[in-house]
Amino acid sequence: MVPVCPTSALPPGEAIRVTDGVPAPIAVFNVDGEFLAIDDTCTHQDASLADGWLEGCEVECPLHASCFDLRTGMPSGPPAKAPVRTHPVTVVDGTVHVQVGGAAEGAA
Amino acid sequence: MTATVAVVGASLAGLSAARALRARSYDGRVVVIGDEVHAPYDRPPLSKEFLAGTYSLEDLVLGTAADEALDLDWRLGTAAVGLDRATRSVRLADGSEVRADGVVLATGARARRLPGTEGLAGVHVLRSLDDAVALRADLLAAGHLVVIGAGFIGAEVASTARALGLDVTVVETQPVPLAGPLGARMGGVCAELHADHGTRLLAGTGVARLVGRTRVEAVELADGRRLPADVVVVGIGAVPNVEWLAGSGVTLEAGVRTDARCATNVPGVVAVGDCASAWSPDAGRAVRVEHWTHALEQPTTAVATLLGTDPGTRPTVPYFWSEQYGRRIQFAGTRRDGDDVRVVEGSCADRSFLAVYERDGQPVAVLGVDQPRLFTRWRRQLRSAEPATPLTA
Ligand SMILES: Cc1cc2nc3c(=O)[nH]c(=O)nc-3n(C[C@H](O)[C@H](O)[C@H](O)COP(=O)(O)OP(=O)(O)OC[C@H]3O[C@@H](n4cnc5c(N)ncnc54)[C@H](O)[C@@H]3O)c2cc1C
Ligand code: FES
Repeated sequence: MVPVCPTSALPPGEAIRVTDGVPAPIAVFNVDGEFLAIDDTCTHQDASLADGWLEGCEVECPLHASCFDLRTGMPSGPPAKAPVRTHPVTVVDGTVHVQVGGAAEGAA
Repeated sequence: MTATVAVVGASLAGLSAARALRARSYDGRVVVIGDEVHAPYDRPPLSKEFLAGTYSLEDLVLGTAADEALDLDWRLGTAAVGLDRATRSVRLADGSEVRADGVVLATGARARRLPGTEGLAGVHVLRSLDDAVALRADLLAAGHLVVIGAGFIGAEVASTARALGLDVTVVETQPVPLAGPLGARMGGVCAELHADHGTRLLAGTGVARLVGRTRVEAVELADGRRLPADVVVVGIGAVPNVEWLAGSGVTLEAGVRTDARCATNVPGVVAVGDCASAWSPDAGRAVRVEHWTHALEQPTTAVATLLGTDPGTRPTVPYFWSEQYGRRIQFAGTRRDGDDVRVVEGSCADRSFLAVYERDGQPVAVLGVDQPRLFTRWRRQLRSAEPATPLTA
């Protein structure tokens, strides 16, 4: 488990990019109090999804606007074709932790 | 419920229309007619990753595994040559005919050529996959490239060719490149990227003729200068592929004329993407938009019109992007001459900034260079600020 930040540093509607202690960057989102994590790099090109626009449980890529479901990792439409991986998030003592390459691999 | 829809043009807009039909539970036959032999592929990488050699053919494919379930009837490699409005039949070049209840026109546009350069080897345009394959082969064997036209495609080709190690000169008739889409000030800022990366930009200069007997050797400018060239790329805009509709009764006016809901003057016939000139309530005139996101999204509206259902889409603002010399250029909104431009983040000198265009004190458009995060927020804000204008022409 990789510690990310205190819960207070990630308010609802915000995202944070995690680069330390992970093999590839991960984006952690706060969706109305629920923390969800996916691979940060878009599967289309190399945009950072933490820079994207969060709406409901989807993030819209900042470059070409494919939307990814934060629970399944699936893109809703072009140009991205492949899902991003999802990662389990836990909160321990007020700190957000992400478990890399955990059980919740991107739904295929 | 109609029994057959014919989609003419098998690229982004055509495929999006076919997907939208099925998404709206249309269970009739969907015939997709395309003159290219290739299955739908993505064009933006043709001047960028594919030309650079970092994308393979497979990377260009637009279709996904999920598209198999759409059960489309493909007619690839056959051009549509006519439309009969009474029977809504599409005539194909192979002599066959597709009788349909609804027709989606999605034949896009083709690159404008420089008159008198046909048959001269080394002279290219860039629109199709075949164009890109031929251009890349020629670039790899060349030393000097001259690009005629400093629009987005010309600028992207120049950028990619520089990265491949060519000596590149861009010739542009207008005094400031991209002044149309970006305005003179920001067009000028983006044009500086050329000099930053060792590309020569000659703006405000016309081309007199191309020199060479069987293969191009030089470009002669209106002022008499001669630029040596192994390869010339002509990037002077695109013309809509609508000639095949002549005599069909469909109104043609700088493309297929439609209302804001993509309906043509002929019932049961809609038009989308680069071939369509749709009424824009925002601009107060018909506009032929030639951008990727538009070709992706507009078919949702067109299909709703065709099926007589509510489009139910939220308003979007026009959006396009470009990539030049590793910089990400993004633009959203509707700009007019006379709008004020203000840099609100970063600086033009750093080639990383966000500029907002304002009219009567209200933001109407936004330009980002290497500012995807901030740009996305502005793009969203423009979208939610869209006034509820009536959709009819
Ligand atoms: C090199 C290049 C780079 C680009 N880069 C960007 C970018 O970075 N950002 C951006 O926003 N946009 C970009 N665009 C624009 C974007 O690709 C287009 O807006 C988009 O392809 C339009 O889709 P379309 O389906 O309407 O038309 P098209 O993609 O032009 O497809 C039309 C299809 O119909 C076929 N056709 C034509 N006539 C007939 C006929 N009579 N019968 C049957 N088939 C026919 C054509 O051969 C073609 O396959 C770029 C375009 C090019 C060429
Ligand atoms: S980089 Fe994300 S959609 Fe293109």
